[in-house]
Amino acid sequence: MIDLPRNPIWLWLKKNFFSSPFNIVLTLLLLYVATKLLWNFIDWAVLQAIWSGDASTCRQSEGACWAYVREKARYVLFGHYPYEEQWRPQLFVAIFFLLSLLTQFKRCWSKHLVAAWVVLPLGAALLMWGGFFGLPHVEMQEWGGLPLTLALAFLGISASYPIGIVLALARRSEMPIIRALSVIYIEVIRGVPLISLLFMAAVMFPLFLPEGVTISKVLRAQVAIIMFASAYMAEVVRGGLQSLSKGQYEAADAIGLSYTKKMVFVILPQALKTVIAPTVNTFIGLFKDTSLVFIISLSDMMFTTQASLQDADWLGFTIEGYIFAALIYFVFCYFISFSSSRLERELKV
Amino acid sequence: MQYDASGKGVGISSLWRDVTKRKYAIQVLVLVCIVVFLSLMISIASDSLQKQNIASGFGFLEQEAAFEIGETLTEYSAESSFGEALLVGLLNTLLVALLGNLLAVIWGTLVGITSLSHNLLLARLARIYVDTLRNIPLLLQLFFWYALITEFLPAIRNALNPLPNVYFSQRGLFFPIPEWSATYWWALLALFLGVIAAVFLYRWQKLRQQRTGQLFPFYRVAAALLLAPPLLVWLIGGAPVELDLPVLQGFNFEGGLALTPEFSALLLGLVLYTGAFNAEIVRSGIESVKKGQKEAAVSLGLSRSQVLRLVMLPQAVRVIIPPMTSQMLNLTKNSSLAVAIGYPDLVNVANTSMNQTGQAIECIVVIVVVYLSFSLMTSAFMNWYNHMTRLVER
Repeated sequence: MIDLPRNPIWLWLKKNFFSSPFNIVLTLLLLYVATKLLWNFIDWAVLQAIWSGDASTCRQSEGACWAYVREKARYVLFGHYPYEEQWRPQLFVAIFFLLSLLTQFKRCWSKHLVAAWVVLPLGAALLMWGGFFGLPHVEMQEWGGLPLTLALAFLGISASYPIGIVLALARRSEMPIIRALSVIYIEVIRGVPLISLLFMAAVMFPLFLPEGVTISKVLRAQVAIIMFASAYMAEVVRGGLQSLSKGQYEAADAIGLSYTKKMVFVILPQALKTVIAPTVNTFIGLFKDTSLVFIISLSDMMFTTQASLQDADWLGFTIEGYIFAALIYFVFCYFISFSSSRLERELKV
Repeated sequence: MQYDASGKGVGISSLWRDVTKRKYAIQVLVLVCIVVFLSLMISIASDSLQKQNIASGFGFLEQEAAFEIGETLTEYSAESSFGEALLVGLLNTLLVALLGNLLAVIWGTLVGITSLSHNLLLARLARIYVDTLRNIPLLLQLFFWYALITEFLPAIRNALNPLPNVYFSQRGLFFPIPEWSATYWWALLALFLGVIAAVFLYRWQKLRQQRTGQLFPFYRVAAALLLAPPLLVWLIGGAPVELDLPVLQGFNFEGGLALTPEFSALLLGLVLYTGAFNAEIVRSGIESVKKGQKEAAVSLGLSRSQVLRLVMLPQAVRVIIPPMTSQMLNLTKNSSLAVAIGYPDLVNVANTSMNQTGQAIECIVVIVVVYLSFSLMTSAFMNWYNHMTRLVER
């Protein structure tokens, strides 16, 4: 016979769910509501869902129309990139997956991996561009969906991190003019919404170019995103710099290191390590913020999602479309934050 | 390198070899570069503006806007000027930001406390909510709520009626509000006086506690001070209970409080999204108070509520307020995503004006100035707050 009062499972249940009359009622109530909601969702998303077919089959059912997602997934993911050539953006995304996966394991950390992070995305981008080995050239305007979102985020992160570090160092510099310029830059950028920077990039910036010079809108938006993220990065790094004790600076000075050596070998390694968590939060914010380029009509994944909902044959499956896009964004963001906590453990912060 | 009598470097090479002089050289160089760059930009821009026949300057603010705005807090029509249109946008931004922040702080605090609950199920549900919403772009969430309201709520004739006289439909959400009368003005005045009295009471009881060590039941008396006068005024004013009810007339509801789908979706999206971040802040703020503090307070013989009120909360709040303020600022800036779902906030109106007049620079300057002044006011407040709550050490 099981000795219920001393059974560890029962004790655990009692402690966490049934510790008082109030908790018993609360648990039961929550259980009821949560099960009911979950059941309704499963009923809609699985039991009554339509997995293949066309819009008319979907309209006869009460459930979700995953046939819509099947029909539109290629467009949402890869935009107007020529259908037969879509193995190229697929490879682009796959390379990102592979690299991020490898980066998870400390055993794989080496100079080769760093080199791969530089070379492979570049190579994949060249592949998408085409125009060699008989690969047809694909205009940048036709790139869209997930590769564009990934590229905006990846370039944004890799450019704003070093710029942010430089800005943070400038903000703590002994030179008053450098310090003032850095403070003005950081506070102005952090004070305005990203949209206003994107508007600047889209509408205002062409006015500042000499006649005949044009820069593609994607590039302008990319610059706006980098400018925006660097200001936030700078504040994160500054937090790290401030968290170090004065002794570290003084010790580095005492052994006669130059400013550069002091920063590169003593201060930054410690400072950057302490701020891994807020750094990653900024990266995740940047990843989510790339969706704002939708507003200046660049065809990122937010744009292709919205555009696929406008198809006259498939009107009314909005929720399915948004769930699909949300799932992809969620997977990426969750993956970034998951690997950051791994990284923190590996580096023993 | 040559040195003079005092050991300072001289000659051209000292500009990069002498540390002090190098610092001046770098700063002058950077400044010159920036000035040259800016003046080049300005000359190119004024050139291209001339070619496109766009008059620069804020003269266009006086011109007739010639576009309608869906929701306005002030008098506005298509004949009004661009300046008035931008003012309407600004007021709409302020409305969403104030209401959104109020609700997001309350909601975030509730969820944050919930995620520390001893009931594991409740805590887990709160964590799932926070993790999900924080990892999905706000823009997508706004589209989601907007679609949910405009596509999945019933048409106006079969509006959902979850509570008496409350209607949810594709065209918006409709609530009853009290019929406004002069009594409410007096009640508001009474509330205001109550607030002032409570502030003085707070100072007095604190001084008395420091002098004599006696505790004063401040929260109960303050609650009475805040609630009783307005209630009394309301009763004296004849206790008006008439409600302004939303009534279906023709194709829409008349009367009551009407929230458009755009406003509701924006408010809901902002509150749920920012609430998730606020919940994290509140949770980590409470967790940041060391266990020893609580144990020390208990061993001094303080009651459970005293431990929370006098020991835990003051320390948690010190950690919570700075990131919470920056979230409030974030919500305000994020309200500019209204442009995507068509709520006429400042950015949306400025965008329309920009397209109508071609005055891109001026319109963006308006946006930047407005948001910058929000954030400057906030950081002024933060500096003051940090000064007030700093730990005074030996």
